[in-house]
Amino acid sequence: MSVESLFPRLEPLLPKVQKPIQYVGGELNSTVKDWDEAAVRWALMYPDAYEVGLPNQGVQILYEILNELPETLAERTYAVWPDLEALMRSESVPQFTVDAHRPVRAFDVLGVSFATELGYTNLLTALDLAGIPLEAVDRTDEDPIVLAGGHAAFNPEPIADFLDAAVLGDGEQIAIAISEVIREWKGEGSPGGRDELLMRLAETGGVYVPKFYDVEYHPDGRIKRVVPNRAGVPSRVFKHTVMDLDEWPYPKKPLVPLAETVHERFSVEIFRGCTRGCRFCQAGMITRPVRERSITTIGDMVEAGLRESGFNEVGLLSLSSADHSEIGDIAKGLADRYEGGQVGLSLPSTRVDAFNIDLAGELSRGGRRSGLTFAPEGGSERMRKVINKMVTEEDLIRTVTTAYGQGWRQVKLYFMCGLPTEEDVDVLGIADLAKKVIKAGREATGSRDVRCTVSIGGFVPKPHTPFQWAAQCDHETVDRRLRELRDALRGDKEYGRAIGYRYHDGKPSIVEGLLSRGDRRVGRVIRAVWEDGGRFDGWSEHFSYDRWMAAAESALAGEPVDVDWYTTRERDEHEVLPWDHLDAGLDREWLWQDWQDALNAGEVEDCRWTPCYDCGVCPTMGTEIQIGPTGKRLLPLTVL
Amino acid sequence: MAQRLRVRYAKRGRLRFTSHRDISRAVERAVRRAGLPVAYSAGFSPHPKISYAGAAPTGVASEAEYLEIGVSRPCDPRSVLADLDASLPPGLDVVDVVEARSGTLADRLEASVWEVRLPGADPAEAEAAVKEFWAADLVEVERLTKKGMRRFDARQAVHALALTDEAAHGGIGEAAGASGRTAGQKPVQPCVILRMVVRHETPAVRPDDVLTGLRLVAGFAPPSPPEVTRLAQGPLDAVTGEPADPFDLDRAGGDR
Repeated sequence: MSVESLFPRLEPLLPKVQKPIQYVGGELNSTVKDWDEAAVRWALMYPDAYEVGLPNQGVQILYEILNELPETLAERTYAVWPDLEALMRSESVPQFTVDAHRPVRAFDVLGVSFATELGYTNLLTALDLAGIPLEAVDRTDEDPIVLAGGHAAFNPEPIADFLDAAVLGDGEQIAIAISEVIREWKGEGSPGGRDELLMRLAETGGVYVPKFYDVEYHPDGRIKRVVPNRAGVPSRVFKHTVMDLDEWPYPKKPLVPLAETVHERFSVEIFRGCTRGCRFCQAGMITRPVRERSITTIGDMVEAGLRESGFNEVGLLSLSSADHSEIGDIAKGLADRYEGGQVGLSLPSTRVDAFNIDLAGELSRGGRRSGLTFAPEGGSERMRKVINKMVTEEDLIRTVTTAYGQGWRQVKLYFMCGLPTEEDVDVLGIADLAKKVIKAGREATGSRDVRCTVSIGGFVPKPHTPFQWAAQCDHETVDRRLRELRDALRGDKEYGRAIGYRYHDGKPSIVEGLLSRGDRRVGRVIRAVWEDGGRFDGWSEHFSYDRWMAAAESALAGEPVDVDWYTTRERDEHEVLPWDHLDAGLDREWLWQDWQDALNAGEVEDCRWTPCYDCGVCPTMGTEIQIGPTGKRLLPLTVL
Repeated sequence: MAQRLRVRYAKRGRLRFTSHRDISRAVERAVRRAGLPVAYSAGFSPHPKISYAGAAPTGVASEAEYLEIGVSRPCDPRSVLADLDASLPPGLDVVDVVEARSGTLADRLEASVWEVRLPGADPAEAEAAVKEFWAADLVEVERLTKKGMRRFDARQAVHALALTDEAAHGGIGEAAGASGRTAGQKPVQPCVILRMVVRHETPAVRPDDVLTGLRLVAGFAPPSPPEVTRLAQGPLDAVTGEPADPFDLDRAGGDR
């Protein structure tokens, strides 16, 4: 059965909404395949506004890979703003894809990429607009498989009731494998309906189907155990790891939007994974081991990506880009190739050392030297040891002195507030640090024209990290420390005016904490918030802390748990955590030991340069560190 | 800068929802993809030398939008037309390219021809409203502009205004060609089509201002949103009373 385009019904609504261009599709390098010729059809969703979702690398990579499969098609859908949502409801226009404006419910899979937990309410809006029942148990064979991925899917329990399935880790190969399972099952005439399909996916051990697991609780509210409720379902589900990124050089043809989006550039992932061991960092824990893309593949991808897109800026992405074994040659090679042209190169730079300044200098060759960003994360030496961010004050001052000395005028410093064991003095230490930075800058330049911006937000403990057991700091304490820091910065006559201050208040972090470490009972809270009108929780103008608290109170009434129980409560070693049956390869005992080391301010080295310390990932997942150097160089591009 | 190229392009189908900013980003990227030797301004943050003449509003389709590109070495307008069109998304389509010979393009764009489709509107009511509008010396309308609510005359700038006798069915997609349009047909319904020639004045009188005027003078209120397309822009021809092709002067001075 073919499906009709919804565009003729959507079109009359577009003149009435803000930024209608975000809903029309037609981006350069987008793909519309014939519906009837595809055996498997994916709708890929990024559950935020188009301007945020379109540049998302994960969605773009899967979109391209799936569309390259002969019998598979993939289209994209994004969260619609409340103005269009209201019109779609009154005119009965369902959730649509932007590529061919097909109804989302007609697809086989709705794959949703959750980079953050704050997109959960937007998932419910999309399901409801699509006409797909919110709860997986209510869905029929006419509904797509609702599948979650992305970092937040490493604990999908709060949205378990709304999902049919979730996958952990790198999506490239598992998306193809899932497509193949669906193609075979449909080819056989869809035997056994969606339950059999879900069973076939679950049996692979690489797809988590929440409804095949029962969660039992202790009377005090803690989880007793999570067990499969039918034969053949594995007791643990493992993450996926793509080895050899050179084999997966995506995106090859980046999507080029007409609408303005948050990142207007071509991004190349130069490596995946990070073993710096920062204890707060979920990404660094769940993406191990480090797998570098080679310098030559990076050069080829940049060349092709710029040619295909017309972008004039390239971002070299990773969790800590300066750590690529050949980053110096990559930076120099690209700067040489594009010298004098109008191509900008950028490197998210967080490492605090002089080498980083050299790199930034190379990349900004000939251009303006405006600002550099560093992330010490903790305000005191002790705090940085607790989080294993090994930067001394001496390192930082030396680095900024070099930066100011080489012509940079502005330094941004990122910090977190509410870290485990933190005391007031640790946060107020940031003020001293910022003043020393300005002092060093004035001495290095002989000028008062140097600036420093302190940017700080609340810390949220995340699953699969050593801090998964930690008590989250309450928002009153976070906000008080942020105020005191502000006063300490502003009150300084000598340096105050040279220091900018940006902060995120503590309340949204509590909601993020609830969703990050929540279990299936939190699903009721999400649903209650959504029913009360909750949308776009990542946007401060839409987020309502009071709505979340009121919804939690009513939805968790009668349960021995509440928001504090999920957030500000410290867990003990043997408590079953909601995500314990989901395996990122990290050894639970190692994580616990690292948590104990954190409490004693003990540091851990990076396993790329020191012997393995048995975090467990490589032996569990059958992976290994893949780093250079390859010894190769980027040759000049030949001009035709 | 070795040469200035004048480009006529169309904004069709669903791409009529692009804003002016969206288009300028798309054109800058297309120029790079096409490998045009675009000239850049000097200074700390060089900008490509691309200038735009009076863009149609967001949501309005157009067959006649104009821009000018400065290039650092001479290019063949025919290959620029092909390369630039191939580099723009379907729906932003390059229609014509000439080498600038004289004058400024903006000065030549004296008036626009607009087609306004009003699905579901009554032809007799529309006809009556147009008569009332012509009969008036002054039709004052209000519109919210960037500078706040402004009150101005929408009558004097209107050079021509009439219903077309085209058998009217369907919407803007057909008017603007199939480009950029996905599957699916609009339900057939009666449709009034107004054609107007409006001089470019300050404050600019737009087709929706004329519609406001029709409502004010005769209570004419179409049941659904208008679908507007700019069909042409150019210098007003004294004989025909219609805008001529603004590229005529460039071609006359040329050798092609």
